[in-house]
Amino acid sequence: MAESVLKATNLGISFGGLRAVHDFEIDLKEGELVGLIGPNGAGKTTVFNLFTGVYKPTEGAFYLDGKLMNGKKTHEIVAAGIARTFQNIRLFKKMTVMENVLIAFTKDIQYGLPGAVFRSGGFWREEAEIREKAMELLTVFNLQDKADWNAGNLPYGQQRKLEIARALATKARMLLLDEPAAGMNPTETAELLACINTIRRKFAITILLIEHDMSLVMNICERIVVIDYGEIIAQGLPEEISHDPKVIAAYLGE
Amino acid sequence: MRIRKDHTRSLIVSLAGVCLLGLIIFLADTLGLMDSYIRGIFIQCCFAVIMAASLNLVMGYLGQIALGHAGFMAVGAYTSALVTKAIGLAIKAGSMPALSNVAQFFIGLLCGAIAAALFGLLVGIPALRLRGDYLAIITLGFGEIIRVVIQNLPFAGGKGLANGQAGQALIGIMRMNDLYIIFAVTVVCVAIMIAFVRSKFGRAIIAIREDDIASSAAGLNTTHYKVLTFVFSAFFAGVAGAIYAHRGLGTLQYSDFTFLKSTDFVIMVVLGGMGSMTGSVVTAVLLSVLPEVLRAFADYRMLLYSIILVLMMIFRPTGLFGTYEFSLYRLLSRLFRKKPETLSSAAKGDV
Repeated sequence: MAESVLKATNLGISFGGLRAVHDFEIDLKEGELVGLIGPNGAGKTTVFNLFTGVYKPTEGAFYLDGKLMNGKKTHEIVAAGIARTFQNIRLFKKMTVMENVLIAFTKDIQYGLPGAVFRSGGFWREEAEIREKAMELLTVFNLQDKADWNAGNLPYGQQRKLEIARALATKARMLLLDEPAAGMNPTETAELLACINTIRRKFAITILLIEHDMSLVMNICERIVVIDYGEIIAQGLPEEISHDPKVIAAYLGE
Repeated sequence: MRIRKDHTRSLIVSLAGVCLLGLIIFLADTLGLMDSYIRGIFIQCCFAVIMAASLNLVMGYLGQIALGHAGFMAVGAYTSALVTKAIGLAIKAGSMPALSNVAQFFIGLLCGAIAAALFGLLVGIPALRLRGDYLAIITLGFGEIIRVVIQNLPFAGGKGLANGQAGQALIGIMRMNDLYIIFAVTVVCVAIMIAFVRSKFGRAIIAIREDDIASSAAGLNTTHYKVLTFVFSAFFAGVAGAIYAHRGLGTLQYSDFTFLKSTDFVIMVVLGGMGSMTGSVVTAVLLSVLPEVLRAFADYRMLLYSIILVLMMIFRPTGLFGTYEFSLYRLLSRLFRKKPETLSSAAKGDV
């Protein structure tokens, strides 16, 4: 049995009287790719916001590599190893493609204010190092030729890729992808699929994926968790899920 | 290490440029063109440059509106003035070895800058929880609080906080109007700020300006970088304050640091281009020299400023320079048809 990477027990959050997510349980093993699906407003993104510290859970707990993550700030959770992308792409649009990736390396940079101001040897060494690493990462995503472009000028599909590259640059062990294929045409989706497969092979990373594109989900996810009204209504293998009466009811109405 | 090599050359060229400027000052001085009036304007330019550049860190790069920058300048000015006064008295009384004026000034300057930075920290920690208009108003408030407190402090010329009467000016401040020293301090300050912007710190705060949520998702401790930048900026406002206090009039008045003073610097930053050090430097010099040239219309200055600002917002909302940075090295390379090796990264201010 593989190690558990991300684990949630009875995780939930209420906004006033509204229970947005309730009793959410998940146990992701190392290297797994699990899909999280559900109708609009079911609470999928809220789950991501809980896992990344944007919201603090009001019940239950979640663990990364067995360490309790409740109540930690976003940047602390990123440092611990959970990174994410956003449903509506959030790049630093006026910065270059390279700089977008460099930002994710910032937390590992050792030089401080004096080093930056007086241009110490460490400053040059580290700046050169992270540039090299960022370039390697961009090459994986086939963005190396556009390193000097403004991120906002990239075509849509490549912006998505850059966002994933930035998330990977944080050296995350756990990647949360929020609707990576949203707004993509079939060709771009196919490319994304290949891209996700590459990064799984290359980075041995565990992925939790929110997606509406069922063909994508059924294609690459090993397991699927379905939520509706903030609660898990089904989970299992893709074939099981696609025949589950509760899931069909949630999506099509009863 | 290609970037570094390019950078070293660029640094040499910039140094040469600075020396050239210094030489011009020297020539003007020896030719007797620098009377006390021109000197006054020159010093005015220098501290305005430091003020505008430091405010640009917060407003342009970090993207937070701060309207209380004159408050930090006041802290720097009064602290440095009181320190140099105390040193002067101590030397007179013989309890301290004699120090040159320059040394006294630098001690005062450092104390003023550190005091301003401390105030920056005090104000920044609570204020930076807010953003946008709210931050603008709270910094405006803090700036005024600092000024009003100073106005009443007994050792700064006031009559004590309990009396609530308008104070007097602080008088008998040492003069430090050596052009070369002021010029050197200004160059060093601006160079340090540019180095800050072109490091992980600058990159981080620009990212925070672009997207706060994405920055923390990329692992940045946004609060840390915001407060750090605010403190860093206040430090240089303190330096500018110290230059202002010792500019040669020998007096400091609390009315020098009103909200309108802060607005002056905001105007410089906005006109020059938020996020362009070049813009801040150029407009700071322009807006320091212009009022002197247009003395006759002094009454209409603020009116003119507002018209220019409104026109600017309509026709060129990014400011004169946008985020463009002037580079002497790049200019020379272009002139002599030699392509710099990393043109695009140099253009973006990359290292």
